[in-house]
Amino acid sequence: MAETPLLDVKGLEAWYGESHVLHGIDFDVRKGEVVTLIGRNGAGKTTTLRSLIGVVGKRRGACSYKGADLLKVAPHKVARLGIGYVPEERGIFSSLTVLENLLFPPAWQAGGMAVDEIYGLFPNLKGRDSTSGTRLSGGEQQMLAIGRILRTGADFILLDEPTEGIAPVIIEEIGAALRILKDRGMTIILVEQNLRFAASIADRHYVLDQGTVVDEISNNALDANMDRLNRYLGV
Amino acid sequence: MTDIFGVPIAVLLGQLLLGLINGSFYALLSLGLAIIFGMLNVINFAHGAFYMLGGFAAWLLLTALGLGYWETLFAAPLMVGALGAVVERLFLKRLYRVDHLYSLLLTFGIALMLEGLFRHVFGAAGKPYPIPSSLTGGINLGFMFLPMYRAWVIVASLTVCVITWLVIERTKLGAYLRASTENPGLVQAFGINVPLMLTMTYAFCVGLAGFAGALAAPLYQVSPGMGSSVIIVVFAVVVIGGMGSIGGAIVTALALGIIEGLTKTFYPAASSIAVFVVMVLVILIRPSGLFSREA
Repeated sequence: MAETPLLDVKGLEAWYGESHVLHGIDFDVRKGEVVTLIGRNGAGKTTTLRSLIGVVGKRRGACSYKGADLLKVAPHKVARLGIGYVPEERGIFSSLTVLENLLFPPAWQAGGMAVDEIYGLFPNLKGRDSTSGTRLSGGEQQMLAIGRILRTGADFILLDEPTEGIAPVIIEEIGAALRILKDRGMTIILVEQNLRFAASIADRHYVLDQGTVVDEISNNALDANMDRLNRYLGV
Repeated sequence: MTDIFGVPIAVLLGQLLLGLINGSFYALLSLGLAIIFGMLNVINFAHGAFYMLGGFAAWLLLTALGLGYWETLFAAPLMVGALGAVVERLFLKRLYRVDHLYSLLLTFGIALMLEGLFRHVFGAAGKPYPIPSSLTGGINLGFMFLPMYRAWVIVASLTVCVITWLVIERTKLGAYLRASTENPGLVQAFGINVPLMLTMTYAFCVGLAGFAGALAAPLYQVSPGMGSSVIIVVFAVVVIGGMGSIGGAIVTALALGIIEGLTKTFYPAASSIAVFVVMVLVILIRPSGLFSREA
């Protein structure tokens, strides 16, 4: 590919306190792509996302994004580059209502969705404005966590296990919403253990193991490589 | 004159007014303590010292620079707040990741040093500070005489408390603050400068203590020990209201000021321990405090 990637991660290492978690992660993401990070628990998928936005302890390596090195950007300035983060635990604030949660992150770039548009994408959230954010079901909280990022004008979304512990019918709704976002030109990194869900939206998959990237499989080649993949995942 | 349990109404109302004034100071101080605990997770033992600094700043601005009351009331909190920002940036922010005890000991040490320093330089005796001429005199309410300055203290501190509460509970900035107590990393990931917000929060709350000190100067005189004598009661207020509950701190402060006043009227010997008796009862019945969210 001649096109320079939107995000190019080279030799990313990260530490939580004394423990060395990432041992040199290499991957790239092109504009408009959906790329997944898959791997067993503890492989370093979540830590990779957290390293990009600067909420881990020490980091080393290079993560070039739109001409900047994310490792040198202050943590509170990463969002201003159009990067939206949806954490694994969803991070809905219990002291804020649904609407307050939705309006919480400041919009740093033009082109963010209006609240009505977000409700169109996630109808479950409609009419729940004044409910306390954490009163929603897990799936609805996930929708809220994604929805509030869409308001900010972020065009690069880091999505950490959006299907974890969520009912299949809601997973389908989230999948449909993500495909709409992809059609709109959003770039997404998806951390996922649910391979079927990942295959339904992703272009490429990176397999992580023990803090390094051990393989890269395009979505078209997924079926042909199922045995290899299952070995990595220890299924 | 009508009596209530052998106490003339005028005396009772006078004590209630005194209680309300004490309660106003407790409110300004405990509000700041509760916010600092809620947002920064710091038990700020230096709060009383900052109150004392506010008093001294007012006194020094008056005697050394000849500034008027209104200017000092504005300048003293700013000076104390600026010092608070320095303390947070230099020391406190290094301790957020470790146990509460470290910041408690740090702020306790700062309090001792400040108090010792001022005792050394200015001596232990109180410095008089005149009531500003625009607030001398009083109003005859018919049943009692209300000194203007005391009325002003109550109005000013309650106004400041209510505005602070509104900012935290009803504004976007307040939402950032509340969310930061839940998940600072995520608030930062949304592009908000959380470390700066923590510095400003500490500076503001310590500035509130400075404001209280400047407000207290004409009533109680300014002395190095003025902070340490009030801070223990203020801690009791925060414990009773529930650590981190901002509205609770204000309501509890006023209520306890009044309870103290009433005790002074009916059983003066117990007045200095009334607050602590209430604290013991609250801890026994509702250990997390009257207004805490988790029961």
